[in-house]
Amino acid sequence: MNRIQNKLLGNKKLLSIYFTAGFPKVDDTVEILQQLEKNGVDMVEIGLPFSDPLADGPTIQASSQTALKNGMTTQLLFQQLKDIRKTVSIPLILMGYFNPVLQFGVENFCQKCAEVGLDGVILPDLPLAEYEEHYAEIFKKYGLLNIFLITPQTSEERIKRIDTASDGFIYLVSSASVTGSSKKFGEEQTRYFQKVASLSLANKLIVGFGINNAKTFRQATKDTSGAIIGSAFIKELSENGIGGIAAFIKSIREV
Amino acid sequence: MNYNVNEKGYYGEFGGAYIPEMLYPNVEELRQNYLKIMGEDSFQKEFRQLLKDYVGRPTPLYFAKRFSEKYNTKVYLKREDLCHTGAHKVNNTIGQILMAKRLGKTRIIAESGAGQHGVATATVCALMGLECIVFMGEIDIKRQAPNVARMKMLGAKVVPATSGSKTLKDATNEAIRDWINNPVDTHYIIGSVVGPHPYPDMVARFQSVISEEIKTQLKEKEGRENPDFVVACVGGGSNAAGAFYHYLNNPEVGIIAVEAAGKGINSGESAATSALGKVGIIHGSKTLLMQTADGQITEPYSISAGLDYPGVGPMHAHLFASGRGEFISITDNEAMEAGLQLCKLEGIIPAIESSHALAIFENRKFKKEDVVVVNLSGRGDKDLDAYIKHFDL
Ligand SMILES: Cc1ncc(COP(=O)(O)O)c(C=O)c1O
Repeated sequence: MNRIQNKLLGNKKLLSIYFTAGFPKVDDTVEILQQLEKNGVDMVEIGLPFSDPLADGPTIQASSQTALKNGMTTQLLFQQLKDIRKTVSIPLILMGYFNPVLQFGVENFCQKCAEVGLDGVILPDLPLAEYEEHYAEIFKKYGLLNIFLITPQTSEERIKRIDTASDGFIYLVSSASVTGSSKKFGEEQTRYFQKVASLSLANKLIVGFGINNAKTFRQATKDTSGAIIGSAFIKELSENGIGGIAAFIKSIREV
Repeated sequence: MNYNVNEKGYYGEFGGAYIPEMLYPNVEELRQNYLKIMGEDSFQKEFRQLLKDYVGRPTPLYFAKRFSEKYNTKVYLKREDLCHTGAHKVNNTIGQILMAKRLGKTRIIAESGAGQHGVATATVCALMGLECIVFMGEIDIKRQAPNVARMKMLGAKVVPATSGSKTLKDATNEAIRDWINNPVDTHYIIGSVVGPHPYPDMVARFQSVISEEIKTQLKEKEGRENPDFVVACVGGGSNAAGAFYHYLNNPEVGIIAVEAAGKGINSGESAATSALGKVGIIHGSKTLLMQTADGQITEPYSISAGLDYPGVGPMHAHLFASGRGEFISITDNEAMEAGLQLCKLEGIIPAIESSHALAIFENRKFKKEDVVVVNLSGRGDKDLDAYIKHFDL
C-alpha cells in the first residue's frame, strides 16, 4: 500500500502543507521537509516551480519566480530528494504544472519520483482524459498516485468519474479561485464540502485553497479528511524563515 | 492530410485542452455549444450583418501595382487594415461577443499585446453594453499608449499584468486566472488561435471570412479563386489562420507564415517560435513554444507587441511540423524598412506586425506570373511612435 493510502486509513484530520521547492533558498527543501514532519504535519506537497503557474495567486507566483531565479530545476529537485526517505517518512506529493514534466519526459519523471520515494503527483493542467489515454499506465507502473482536483463548479457526474479514476484522495478546491485567496471562505463553502461528502465517494476528500489559520482549517476539515495549506505557509516562510515553522504548525492545530 | 482540427481538438499532435479543472466547466460549455451556435441561422445573420455594416466588410483585395513592379511578381494586399478599429482582430471579437451573449454571459475579459485585440474587444462590449476588462502587460501598456486610451474611452477597464515578462504571455495568464475566479458570468474572448480547444478552431472560423472573401475577390480579378501563395504574419496566428483557412487542404496554394525574429534568431531576443520552439504546453494548448530545457517558458522579444508571444497556435505548429507551411522569420529592422517602403510605394502605413509579412519579398523570390496575396492585418496608426523612433522622423 502506498504511504498516502495508508495515511488515509485513520480518522485524524490530516494537515498537509504545500511549499515551493527552491524557496526561500535553493537548498531549503530537505530541511523544510524534516521540520514539517517533526512538527506533526501529516503530508506534504512539494511544489515544482513553473514560470507560468496559471492556477496560482500572487504568493505562489512570487515564490515560484524566486525559486527559479535561485536555480531550482526538476533535475536538481530529484537530486535534493535523493536520500529523503532516510529521514522523512510522511507521504510526499509532487505538485507542478505539466510542461516541465513533459520536457523531463513523463516516464523518466515517474521513474525518478519512485526512485526517491515520492508517493503521488498533482498536475492541475494535465486533464483527466489525457491522463487516462496516455499516462495512467506509466503512473501505475511506478506506483504513483495521480491526484485530481474538483471545484464547486464540477458536476456531480464528473465528480463520480474523477472518483473512479482516483486511488487515494480527491483534492477539493474550496472555491472558484486561484490559490491564496481567502476571501471566499464562508457558509457557501461549508455547504459545498457537505454536499460532496454526502456523495459517499470511494476516495477521501482533502480541501485546498484559501485555508490560512486554525479556524479555516477546522471549517475545511469538519466534513472532510484533511486540508492543505499553501500560500499562508509560504507567507510564513518569507517572513520568519524555517525557524518559524514550529510555531506556525502549532497555531493551525491549536483548538 | 487534413489541416483542420479533429473531433478531439487536435491538429496532428498539437492542440487539446490542458487546463486546470477549475476551467473545465467553462471550456466544456463552449466546446459543446460553439459549433451549434455558429451554425444557427440567426447567429450567422447577425454576425454577417455586423461584419458588413459595422466592421466594413468585405475588405478590399487591392492589387499593389508599384510594390509588384518592384519585386517582379503579382502582389495583392488583403486590406484588413481597413476594418473598423484598424485590424483583423475585430472579426473574432464580433463573433465571440455574439457567442458570449448566447451563452448568457454578462462580463467579458480579454488579454491584449499590441492593444488591437483589447480595442476590438472594448469596441464590441460597448456595442453590446457588456462589462469589459482587458489585461495587458505593464510594458505593453507603455509602448501601446494610444490603444490603452482607446480602450478606456470605449468604457473598458485596463488591468496591468505585472508578473513575469509583463507582456502578452503574462496578460494571458492574468486573464485565465480571472476566469478561474469568475467562472459563471464571464466569457473570455481570446484574441488569437491559441488557448485550449475549442478556442483555436472557433477563432479560426471567425477569421476565416478573410480567405472566404479572397476567393471571391481573386476570382473577379484573376479569374481564379486560388492564389499561388498566401502570406501572413504570425503572432498567435489568427490573421494567418483566417487568410489560410479555405486554402489549408488545397496543396496548390502555398502557405507562408512569417514570424518575428526580433534582433535575430540567435540573438537571444526573438519571437520566432517555429525556429526556437519545442513541443510543450502553453495557455492550455499543446504546441510549439519557446522554453528552457527545464520546461520554463522563456520571454520572447519583438519590436512588434502583437508578435511578441513565445508560442504559436496549434494549427500553425501542425502546418510547420508537417511541412505544409513555409515559415520565414523577419528581424525588427527588416520589418521596419518594409513598412516604410509600403508607405512610399502604395500610400499605406501598415502595422509593424503586417510589415513583417511584407518584408519577405527582399529574400523570398517569386515568379513573375505568381499571384501572391499578403494579408495586411492592420494599420500603423498605433505604431507611429515606434516608426518615429526607428527612423528619427
Ligand atoms: C495588426 C496585427 N497583426 C497581427 C497580429 C498578431 O496576431 P495574430 O497572429 O493572432 O494575427 C496582431 C496582434 O495584436 C495585430 O495587432
